[in-house]
Amino acid sequence: MTALAANVMQFARILRRAGLAVGPGKVIAALEALQAINIADREVVFYALHAVLVERHAQSELFRLAFERFWRANSGAAQTLSLEDAAKPELKNPLAKPLIRRIDEAFALRRPKGESELPDEMPDTIASWSAAERLRTQDFESMSAGEMAEAKRLMATLHLPIPDVLTRRYRPSPLGRRVDARATLRAMVRVGGLIALQRKRRIVRHPPLVVLCDISGSMAAYARMLLHFLHAVTNDRDRVHVFLFGTRLTNVTREMAHRDPDEALARVTTSVKDWSGGTRIGQTLGEFNRLWSRRVLGQGALVLLISDGLDRDGGSGLAVEMQRLHRSCRRLIWLNPLLRYAAFEPKSAGIRAMLPHVDDFRPVHNLDSLAALIAALSTPPKAYTAAA
Amino acid sequence: MIPRLLNLSPKSGNSVPDHTPVTLLPASVDDTAALLRRGGYVPDRALSTSLYLALTLKRPLFLEGEAGVGKTEVAKVLASTLGRDLVRLQCYEGLDIATAVYEWNYPRQMMAIRLAEAAGRGHDGALGRDIYSAEYLIQRPLLAALQPHRNGAPVLLIDELDRTDEPFEAFLLEVLSDYQITIPEIGTMRAVEPPIVIVTSNRTREVHDALKRRCLYQWLDYPTAEREREILKARIPQAGDKLSAQVVAFVQMLRGLELFKPPGLAETLDWAQALMVLDASELDRATVEATLGVVLKYQDDISRVRGDITQRGVEQARKFAAQ
Repeated sequence: MTALAANVMQFARILRRAGLAVGPGKVIAALEALQAINIADREVVFYALHAVLVERHAQSELFRLAFERFWRANSGAAQTLSLEDAAKPELKNPLAKPLIRRIDEAFALRRPKGESELPDEMPDTIASWSAAERLRTQDFESMSAGEMAEAKRLMATLHLPIPDVLTRRYRPSPLGRRVDARATLRAMVRVGGLIALQRKRRIVRHPPLVVLCDISGSMAAYARMLLHFLHAVTNDRDRVHVFLFGTRLTNVTREMAHRDPDEALARVTTSVKDWSGGTRIGQTLGEFNRLWSRRVLGQGALVLLISDGLDRDGGSGLAVEMQRLHRSCRRLIWLNPLLRYAAFEPKSAGIRAMLPHVDDFRPVHNLDSLAALIAALSTPPKAYTAAA
Repeated sequence: MIPRLLNLSPKSGNSVPDHTPVTLLPASVDDTAALLRRGGYVPDRALSTSLYLALTLKRPLFLEGEAGVGKTEVAKVLASTLGRDLVRLQCYEGLDIATAVYEWNYPRQMMAIRLAEAAGRGHDGALGRDIYSAEYLIQRPLLAALQPHRNGAPVLLIDELDRTDEPFEAFLLEVLSDYQITIPEIGTMRAVEPPIVIVTSNRTREVHDALKRRCLYQWLDYPTAEREREILKARIPQAGDKLSAQVVAFVQMLRGLELFKPPGLAETLDWAQALMVLDASELDRATVEATLGVVLKYQDDISRVRGDITQRGVEQARKFAAQ
């Protein structure tokens, strides 16, 4: 094996440890790519390996850091790759400091331990972001087998108040309206002679679901239960995206997709940095609108917003962002667990700003269990209007 | 099943005439960049590298990026500079095999059965084989792209893949990894010469990893000011240096504003064109405000930019262009 091949394999191992999906197929492709180019040109080597090994834009920065570190350290072995810049790799984005940690771990030949690895003090750039923001991590007790079975049973009863959507795909069905010409002809050739027309009907399926869940201090009491709900719903149907927000927005869809609820929650708790802090609903919704709405609200998505509507920013800019969100999705459902009294009056500025822009408002008076949550979501919508 | 080489009934008259010069594939990264430049496309180093690799390693190239950064254009320019046919598949939700790959010609099959009956031939195995032959197959873009083309393998553009749903993506896996298509009634068909495949996505949803894994991945970003000026010069040379520099400076300013939809490169080109039509030789506040709709496509964004921001942007752009 050549030194280059050994180096590429070593590099691939490091990337794998840092969390990129780099299988043997990719290693072979990377070697092929390096054979096709002039490997004395460091820039071209970088882009070539990038094209082969990176699969999504979000991985680019991680790859860049790993590349710079690795090909500097190993420049003795791979003589063809020059080492002009011996400087430390610089972060283009100061908020990407956790990446450095991942790279460190990957190079240190040890597996990341998962939770409890978070440093107590965060970099200054983040901590000084806002006085209202408190960064903390959260531990949830693990879920018992009984609870898991119960959650599964309850999920089967979840029936979001929105009809399934017709897709433009068909499946054979004797009651279908359309004639399935292909199936008919095949049947004719098979039996030899005329047969009844074969029919097909449209396939129906759930629309995509996007959940925006508030995890600020006022919602802390529900956090564990909500996360279990989100985990159950993510694993129950396809096309679910989950975002958590307090003072910032975190996409936890990948973390939630883990089958085991405890493992999934452990991953979520390490990736979310603003547990039980303040809420900036307007700002985080704005961030969602700008960065995510076009990516996850396609194909007629349904948005479920779980929040008590208490906003530290006093609702500033909230109405605009709610309106934008409302216009970008098929249906916007707001589930509000704050209300403990039957006579509900929208007093807080945040709530008043949000109410006119939701299709379906679900106040829950006593959200103490998964069962209550699912029941609240599954009841047919009342004719609730903002003025009521 | 043994894959067979695909050679369906020879098509006549629908490919480019014989004399179209066929350009050889580029031999280096710099060659690739030069090739694209000849077609009026100004690539950056990252794109030239991944495109060169895609051509050399015969792998599909997956281009992702915001709307209007020139993803589709790569395929078009590539086809025209290489002198290859361009086979385009525009994706949409519900795109199925019958519109994307192939369809049986049911009326003709029906007719064949009736004729066989009239001629006294009953339904036997021969008829079954007959009506499931290439003669009764209607080719759609994907199957057409695997056919031999007179001037070399075509460029297959699978545009806006994120608009389809997952079932279609799953179907593409076979086409993109092995350049073959399985038709149950006939068998597996493999392209003699694999087409040059460009897949684009606007990222309105995440495309599955299994599909990305088969491709080379390239993220196209908004161009830097310098490259954008170069592109503008290549595409709309009559706009002149001064106006081009001002337009680019203004658009770059807009991209820094955290708008709901920042303008893409396509909007820059449209805008320059629009300003040419209006005989504007440089930016001023009134003209910019009158033409903001060419650059920004959301009312929220337009009302935010109108007024002070426009005023300041115009001043900055002029100052910048004067340097």
